[in-house]
Amino acid sequence: MLFRSERNEVSDSHTFMSAPDERGHFGDFGGRFVPEALMPACLELETAFIDAWRDPSFTTEYRQVLREFAGRPTPVTPLDRLSEQLGIRIFAKREDLAHTGSHKINNVVGQTLLTKRMGKHRVIAETGAGQHGVATATASARLGLECTVYMGEIDTERQALNVFRMELLGATVVPVTSGSRTLKDAVNEAMREWVTCVDDTHYCLGSVMGPHPFPWMVREMQSIIGIEAAQQLKDLGVENLDMVVACVGGGSNAAGVFAGFANAPTRLVGIEAAGGSAVGKGSPGVLHGMKSLLMQDEFGQIEEAYSISAGLDYPGIGPEHAYLARSGRAEYFAIGDSDVIHALQVLSLSEGIIPALETAHAVAWLLQEAGKEIPLGSTVLLNLSGRGDKDVAQVREILRGQR
Amino acid sequence: MKSLETHLRALRSTGRKALVPYFVAGLTPDWIQHVEAAVHAGADAVEIGIPFSDPMMDGVVIQGAALRALEAGTTLDSLCAQLLTLSTSVPLIAMTYYNIFHHYGLERSTGKLQSSGVSGAIVPDLPPEEASDWMKASASRDIANIFMVAPSTPPERLGRLARLSEGFCYASARMAVTGKSSESGQGRRVVESIRAVSDIPTYIGIGISTPNQAREACEVSDGVIVGSALVQVILNGGGADDVENFVTSFRRSID
Ligand SMILES: Cc1ncc(COP(=O)(O)O)c(C=O)c1O
Repeated sequence: MLFRSERNEVSDSHTFMSAPDERGHFGDFGGRFVPEALMPACLELETAFIDAWRDPSFTTEYRQVLREFAGRPTPVTPLDRLSEQLGIRIFAKREDLAHTGSHKINNVVGQTLLTKRMGKHRVIAETGAGQHGVATATASARLGLECTVYMGEIDTERQALNVFRMELLGATVVPVTSGSRTLKDAVNEAMREWVTCVDDTHYCLGSVMGPHPFPWMVREMQSIIGIEAAQQLKDLGVENLDMVVACVGGGSNAAGVFAGFANAPTRLVGIEAAGGSAVGKGSPGVLHGMKSLLMQDEFGQIEEAYSISAGLDYPGIGPEHAYLARSGRAEYFAIGDSDVIHALQVLSLSEGIIPALETAHAVAWLLQEAGKEIPLGSTVLLNLSGRGDKDVAQVREILRGQR
Repeated sequence: MKSLETHLRALRSTGRKALVPYFVAGLTPDWIQHVEAAVHAGADAVEIGIPFSDPMMDGVVIQGAALRALEAGTTLDSLCAQLLTLSTSVPLIAMTYYNIFHHYGLERSTGKLQSSGVSGAIVPDLPPEEASDWMKASASRDIANIFMVAPSTPPERLGRLARLSEGFCYASARMAVTGKSSESGQGRRVVESIRAVSDIPTYIGIGISTPNQAREACEVSDGVIVGSALVQVILNGGGADDVENFVTSFRRSID
């Protein structure tokens, strides 16, 4: 699905972001570390995905649903005022304009179609900010699938409106009270639940993480972001893109946009939350079915992530990002909570776009690094992964507190 | 053949069913005495659960116990040091998630286990496809690798898992994480399909919570593993006497 034409432009013959090896490894990372009870389901999913992704009738339907239901293609918007202010040329890929307000819809449209194709009638999902949960509930409603979403108890409080949205869409939301009561524990709980119902239920994982084939499959289903953006930039007359910047929780919006530029001479930059910085503070380990970079203590116990944004509150990162980081193809930086609200305000005031708190991390990095890591005059694509509607209540509380 | 398997095969040839209780290491300061009480009451081997922050295969009881053990400061080093103080000698089988060993170092982990008297390991999130480094590290240390077979395991995988298993093969009775259950589960069918391809001792676990369930399981299997129900006794404040009574009731039921 990648732009083969762009490969000619790189001197290195290595192709980034192609398929993993047959056991799901991206270099030293990835693989499939799941209990035996889940192994058959992972194998079945792998076969089903490979088969569907090669089948033009499936990919045609997937693209049609993205077009007619999800609102694709999303536009690329030049951010003129911010560009002038920072001395760099910024374009935004507007995933905030996709149905349900973020890139998460791309993945769930694909996975719910695949669920039907596998003859299953129910999906379960984990969610952090609630965006993946809302997207899953939405795509499930459209296809008449039953849907249960696991969400950390803390996140159900931070994102109460999204809980209600899911319920309006017919989903059951199960608050997870174990561990840190955030995204990490929601994934644990969804995996535990999946063991009991693999026969009729698909686990619709929301990011490029988990056991093979999820990291690869979710990246493929998100690669539409990068594929569209590369073409749209060409149409806008942008010949040389210097940099792509995206926020990283598990890493699906970043992987999706990177996929369009992985073999072009473009810097790929992922922005983690400082309190959930798997590349910055992590080391290799095994969690949630994958080998990747994880925040862990000296004994191999997983550390809890802390972030103002529920969607980045994750101590790991997708295995392909771990590989891209270690191979040097992509770079990862972290942004602390305190810079995020300011970035959200700046983008709102200068461009009329209220970004999600997750996305605001990437914006904050642009504000911080223009003229430093990002040379003046550079052309940059910002992946605007989601809109901030879900966060306005939380932002209001924070701003009130600051006064 | 690893010495654990030699031992468990010899046990089977005496006609005795194996009773394998599971403990969360470090759950209480006197957990070693709980292990000793279980052995005293007739346990044939003991599973030592090494607590991990994210136990994907465990239900609420063992999750809660693991968290408590971690809060008490339990580490691989601390629990191994305590194992050396055990006054009884039965086979010890470590059960934990792969990240613990991966982080500690595979060679270092198996060396540590061996020198603490551990002769087997169950790592539920390490399927054979990813296990070659671990199997290499455990081979030189006489640590038997025990693989689980699930009700969902298709025949060709089952053959492979049964052949790779050392010590015994773990037949999981239910499609579920650890925890109490009232159903009898699919243990019988799983054991029968393992028997069809291998003569390795085969024990049933996952959801065995009453002496009656254990007896039923032992009608087909060579033994049973009892986890959450026993951990619950300790979480409820039970001491060594309660552990002894609990294990005795299972022993009587399966003999
Ligand atoms: C708007 C938005 N961006 C980013 C993320 C982080 O996920 P990922 O790193 O998989 O893109 C989320 C997750 O909830 C989100 O809602």
